[in-house]
Amino acid sequence: MLRRMFGLALVSTAMVTLFAACSPSASGLRTIPVSQAETAASPVPATAVALPPAEPIKLAINCGCVQGGDGDNAYRWLTEVVTPRFEGKMREEGKTVHLEVIPGVVDAEALKKQHALDIKARQGADILAFDGFWTPEFVAAGLLKPLDELAGPAVNAWEGWAHIPPPLQAIMGYQGRRYGIAEGTDVRGLWYRKDIFKDVGLPDGWQPRSWDDIFAAARLIQQKRPDVVPLQVIGGTVNGEATTMQGWYPLLLGTGVNVYNFDTNKYTSGQAMIDALNFYKRVYVDEKLGNPRWQLVKGGRDQSQTAFHDGKIAIYAEGDYLWRAVLTEGDTALPNKESLVGWAAMPATAPGKGIRGQDYVTVSGGTGYVINPNTAHPTEAWALMSTMFSKESLDGFQKIEPRIRVRDDVAVPNDPLMTALAKQMLPLTTTRPADPSYPAVSVAIQQATERVIDGEQTPAEAAAAFEKRLTEIVGADRVERSR
Amino acid sequence: MTLYPDEARVRTWLRPPTSAAMLLPGLLLVLTFLVLPFIWTLVISLTNQQMLGPHAASWSWVGLDNYARLFDPATWLSRGGFGWSLWLTVQFVLCSAVLGQAALGLALAWTLYGQHGVVREAVFSLAIVAWILPDTVVAFAWLAILHPDQGAINVALGALGLGQPDWLYHHAMLALVLFNAWRGAAFSMLLFSAALAGIPPSYLEVATVTGASGWQKFRDLVLPLLQGAIITDLMLVILWTFNTFTPFLLTGGGPSQTTEVLSIYTYHTAFEGSLDFGRGAAISTVVLLVNLLLGLVFLAYVRRHRLHP
Repeated sequence: MLRRMFGLALVSTAMVTLFAACSPSASGLRTIPVSQAETAASPVPATAVALPPAEPIKLAINCGCVQGGDGDNAYRWLTEVVTPRFEGKMREEGKTVHLEVIPGVVDAEALKKQHALDIKARQGADILAFDGFWTPEFVAAGLLKPLDELAGPAVNAWEGWAHIPPPLQAIMGYQGRRYGIAEGTDVRGLWYRKDIFKDVGLPDGWQPRSWDDIFAAARLIQQKRPDVVPLQVIGGTVNGEATTMQGWYPLLLGTGVNVYNFDTNKYTSGQAMIDALNFYKRVYVDEKLGNPRWQLVKGGRDQSQTAFHDGKIAIYAEGDYLWRAVLTEGDTALPNKESLVGWAAMPATAPGKGIRGQDYVTVSGGTGYVINPNTAHPTEAWALMSTMFSKESLDGFQKIEPRIRVRDDVAVPNDPLMTALAKQMLPLTTTRPADPSYPAVSVAIQQATERVIDGEQTPAEAAAAFEKRLTEIVGADRVERSR
Repeated sequence: MTLYPDEARVRTWLRPPTSAAMLLPGLLLVLTFLVLPFIWTLVISLTNQQMLGPHAASWSWVGLDNYARLFDPATWLSRGGFGWSLWLTVQFVLCSAVLGQAALGLALAWTLYGQHGVVREAVFSLAIVAWILPDTVVAFAWLAILHPDQGAINVALGALGLGQPDWLYHHAMLALVLFNAWRGAAFSMLLFSAALAGIPPSYLEVATVTGASGWQKFRDLVLPLLQGAIITDLMLVILWTFNTFTPFLLTGGGPSQTTEVLSIYTYHTAFEGSLDFGRGAAISTVVLLVNLLLGLVFLAYVRRHRLHP
């Protein structure tokens, strides 16, 4: 009898523990009823001194980063710089706030799905790491709210806006409203291994003036160093937005056309798309200058980054993310990168043939943070955002990862390459369409590059298939012919 | 004949009002967790609903449009089409579930039948370990096993001078078949071992005495006696393999959609780009109908042959 009772007690304890573990509060995520979220937004009267000490507030930030791995720089910034500053600032205001940095998904496509599902289910951390180009899509779906609508007049009174140029405010904005703040912006170009270039007799300070110059260098490397991959231009669906942004977009801009006509708000399709896809065909099918495996197999981008780190790729088309993040974090850190890696601007097909008649082209985006509209503490969440993007915090970030920051009073310290890059490329840059349909269009673009890389379709066939899909997504009235 | 004294009372007790009340909790659970979600999926499949983008806030009814696109004769068998994915799934199920799991499991069970000792214990233990490990752990291990240079398979093949194929690039479907067979053969082996243990040993002893060979015993005695177990096993492994999502962890459906089986195809459609729930739901509905059809075929077979699975 006693044994049976003991067993029963054990089982019920186990059940209670299980249920407790399954309840939302235990996982660090909260379900917030609408009413509670609304009341929390109302300002607390300043005379509330007589009230008993307030419960400690917990804020969580989903950083989309991993300690010691991808995003380690952001993780260190948030834990070493932001957390002590923010918690200290809150203490000065008489509040006890604990900030929890939740490491998690680093794959951008997976992070986006997680955010969408979390917000839709009225869950998620208070602050979310976010890629700027997702903003219109989330706003159109009603999953994000403007900062000032969430946190009140304190937002527009923030000193920081005066130091963030409007185009950079627009990275995390849509239709003139601000939904978040970007960490910084970026540009893209061609990165090359100086050690391989020396071996084959190419100059340090290499700067191709046309696509043919790129192919000439790659062919030379193919002949003299058959053990390395001469040229890596990212493609395929497995690599997600990186395919569009790092690989395909600079090619298209080099043909003189953007995928979006910002004057008419229409997407473009035509010969320029075929020309850009033809670049992929030359690299992967005709001349075998690149490794198609990395474009088609899951995890290909990571493998190519490791290969570049190991000196197995000569020329690598990427954003400055490669220089400031990949080559400084985790297994792909390259301590002597200054002596091993060089940078060149991405040329147009030929001098003067790029968009706006440019010789060189690039496109910019940016990742940053938004406030989850489900937060129970919008006032504190905004206080956290404004602390994160204060000059002092960003200067602290620059010590960990020097890059182009959004604030004009935050300089790029001790990194001549990043400084030169910003100075030369920012005046030439453009952006992706701020349109809710763009992410779906981007998937169609990735599909087109994949079909060409694996030899399934010719550039003309893939471009025709893209146009058909584009028309399906945005409607025939929003598609116009490019050159 | 009464089985026990109170039977008459129990019979009265089990008449409709009471029996219905007893069925109710079960029915409610089935209704809430199976029937309602299915109807919900069906409803979404008739819309152009997305989770993000323009069709998230203002969706509309599109009738059978999503289904028409799945079965559009111009695209459905081409790469990225529903038919293409269905055909890949059929290959995957036949090779990895029917041959790889059921047949291999039966062969293992019969080979080890009546044996005792280290070999049997070792095979059983390893097979069960392969079966009970979590999917993500197993997938991670297999990414290492299939690595073109340092993977266990290629190290072994290389040592034998058989070359080092790039499994996940050039033979992705074969790699998935090997993986799924390895993963699930243990279940079939266990099921068949248990069924074999239920055959009276005297049957096989008589067969041996009358001079039957091993193959004859298997074909004429074991197979007919195991018919019920085989049908049950086939039904389970076919349905499990048809719906498994683990291949996604190895190939993501690639390269170039050559391993995009239906589970991955559904995921890609429903969770890529703007999270196209309308089309995703349409695919789910068709997949569910295929599952129902398979289940009905098995049940009909069991009923006709009066088998007791």
